[in-house]
Amino acid sequence: MSFAFYLIAALTVAGGLAAVLLKNTVHCALALTVAFAGLAFLFLQLDAQFAGFAQILVYIGAVAILVVFAILLTRGSETPKDGGIFSRTWLAGLAVAAAVFAMLGWAVLQSAPGLPGATPEPTVTVGDIGVALMGRYVLPLEIVALLLTAALIGAVIVAMHEKEGGK
Amino acid sequence: MFETADQIFVLLKHWLVGLLPMALQPVAGVVVSVAAIVCFFPALFALTTVFERKGLGRIQNRIGPNRTGPFGILQPVADGIKSLTKEDIVPLSADGAVHFLAPLVLVVTVFMGFAVLPMGRNMVLADMDAGLLFYFAIGASTELSVFMAGWSSRNKYSLMGAMRAVAQMISYEVALLLSSVAVVMISGSLSLTKIVEAQNHYSYGLPHWYIFTPWGLAGFVMYAIATTAETNRSPFDLPEGESELVAGYHTEYSGFKFALFFLGEYLAMFSISGLGTTLFLGGWSAPFSFLTWVPSWFWFFSKLMMSIFVFIWLRGTLPRLRQDQLMNFAWKFVLPMCLLNLLVAGLWRFMGDGWLRWVICSAILVAAYVGLGWEEMRRMHIGARSYRYAE
Amino acid sequence: MLGEGILKGLAETAKNFAGSFVSAERMTTVQYPEERIAPVEAARVFPFLVYDGADWEAGMRCVACQICEKECPPKCIYIEKSKDKKPDALGKPQFYPAKFDIDVSVCMSCQICVEVCPFEAIKMDNEFELATDDRFGGLLQDRKQLAKSNEYYHTIHPTEAAEVDARLAAEKTKAAADAAAKAARPPAQAATPAPAQKPAGGGE
Repeated sequence: MSFAFYLIAALTVAGGLAAVLLKNTVHCALALTVAFAGLAFLFLQLDAQFAGFAQILVYIGAVAILVVFAILLTRGSETPKDGGIFSRTWLAGLAVAAAVFAMLGWAVLQSAPGLPGATPEPTVTVGDIGVALMGRYVLPLEIVALLLTAALIGAVIVAMHEKEGGK
Repeated sequence: MFETADQIFVLLKHWLVGLLPMALQPVAGVVVSVAAIVCFFPALFALTTVFERKGLGRIQNRIGPNRTGPFGILQPVADGIKSLTKEDIVPLSADGAVHFLAPLVLVVTVFMGFAVLPMGRNMVLADMDAGLLFYFAIGASTELSVFMAGWSSRNKYSLMGAMRAVAQMISYEVALLLSSVAVVMISGSLSLTKIVEAQNHYSYGLPHWYIFTPWGLAGFVMYAIATTAETNRSPFDLPEGESELVAGYHTEYSGFKFALFFLGEYLAMFSISGLGTTLFLGGWSAPFSFLTWVPSWFWFFSKLMMSIFVFIWLRGTLPRLRQDQLMNFAWKFVLPMCLLNLLVAGLWRFMGDGWLRWVICSAILVAAYVGLGWEEMRRMHIGARSYRYAE
Repeated sequence: MLGEGILKGLAETAKNFAGSFVSAERMTTVQYPEERIAPVEAARVFPFLVYDGADWEAGMRCVACQICEKECPPKCIYIEKSKDKKPDALGKPQFYPAKFDIDVSVCMSCQICVEVCPFEAIKMDNEFELATDDRFGGLLQDRKQLAKSNEYYHTIHPTEAAEVDARLAAEKTKAAADAAAKAARPPAQAATPAPAQKPAGGGE
């Protein structure tokens, strides 16, 4: 637990809080990006280069842009003039959040004693990850690929249908 | 002697760092390397702006800037002073913080890209195992700054420019990644230094650069198209098309913030050219085996400047595309070609040495190029332009 | 084939690029302050007031009729008519402009003032270096600055100036002949040709 960890953790938490608490939706999206970046830095700090860079590439490069696009295209960027930022069902939201937090906390606490005290850090290179994905985990990888392809084709069909209806 | 010339910058750095106490040396080493990059590339940017203006002038049979200093070489100094002394105007309705951060995010992320580029033998700031991945991760973040600039300006031209830029960058990012993946498949590494070393062999005096293979040539062409679009250079300069959108996403920037955007764009061009050089043109390796005594950094920067020249040449030649042409080209031509190129690279890898793989791989790619091109030109009217006025 | 046009275009620009270094006639640039191209004769930039003789104030052809002021589309001409009269080139007493200003920054070089002037008093100059560092006073030219001699007019637009001179000379001889005829004939007969003269004079 170094100084860098606390700095990054503070950044991530601040980004997350800002994403929830800010009024302007685009500001929220940008704050969420900061939280994504913080997470990526945490991965990098743990010497997980692949996970860290993939986090930046996918979440900042694609997901954040997608969120921003969605906000702009749906007129969500207009700031609500009156009323708070909390919806009326905040209690339900709180319950869900508490449940997720409890589960994550439980998982962390369960796994912590299982770890041996002072093993040398495993050096996992990108090549190792590639070999593992293409060797041992090739079936899950292919299933995920199939799922994504199906989703992609579905998206294309939805978009095409709409276009034909419009003409 | 040759060894010293080759490693002169490395030796210089070691000498500089050696002057400091032991405890400071690791930090000082990083600082010196970063300072070298942060000083050198903006200087190159300044020179490139003059050469671009002069080159474009020559292409149009003009002289170009020739008043400031001998042959106009001091023009960037004048430009720099001008942009520094200009008033920094922020629109009243702009989103102050985001408006301020956008150029910073752009320049910082672009600078980070230089960290993994091997600019010569042993001349790389951070020799990462996943260097290529790092580069693309950083490159993807620049889109965000473009969006921030466009959105925070509260100007319709800015916003439209930003939307165009982001749509274009996402579309061509796919092609950029896929064309680079072929190189990773053959060299078997994401580390840029290893990719260069894999190309640094010679047979009959000629280098084993990836561009001299069928899949490498196809990949390089796709990479070049994608980089031109990624850096918003003509003919893909729709996001800042001055005849349509004033200046696109940086319409509302003035003074030094505008200069930062300008700098960021050129730095992105340098770094992406450097990456292309590393991936396809053998990085710092010499073009002939008898020229290996020339310092490696010389070759890297010559190749870089050659790519910059091609960028300028393209800008002086081609008119701007229309938005639908741009998107069709990305998704219906470049992307299929990139995917096919992956297949060809796999074939190349497993067919073993011999002339057969040359014939088969070239035949597949040429047939696909001609077929796809013909189909595109027939269906999408890429060939002859048709103009439709307000309907 | 796809990309053919791009290669053709690149070859063309490469030819221009390389050609600009070897053949001087490709380059169309004129290094302006040092090198100048002589202006074409019909060039027109900004109006000036023509005067005859040596004294600009006495020889000014302008009679302050203010037609140009009214016709000027951007309204850049300001004229104040004099209170007294002064003999003009024909010796006839005429008004003269007490004040005649043209604003350089407003003038659009349309030449309408020249077209409408019945006295050939305002003409177009080809002097184009009118920039000053004084934004207000410097850009408002008064009648002294605007006054230029007929000889100057001959140097910048020789053909046009010769035509104008011929026209004015014809007018002058006609006026002299009329005056001589008027003096020779009895006053009773002079009343009949006089109305016929008027439309001809007005048409000028």
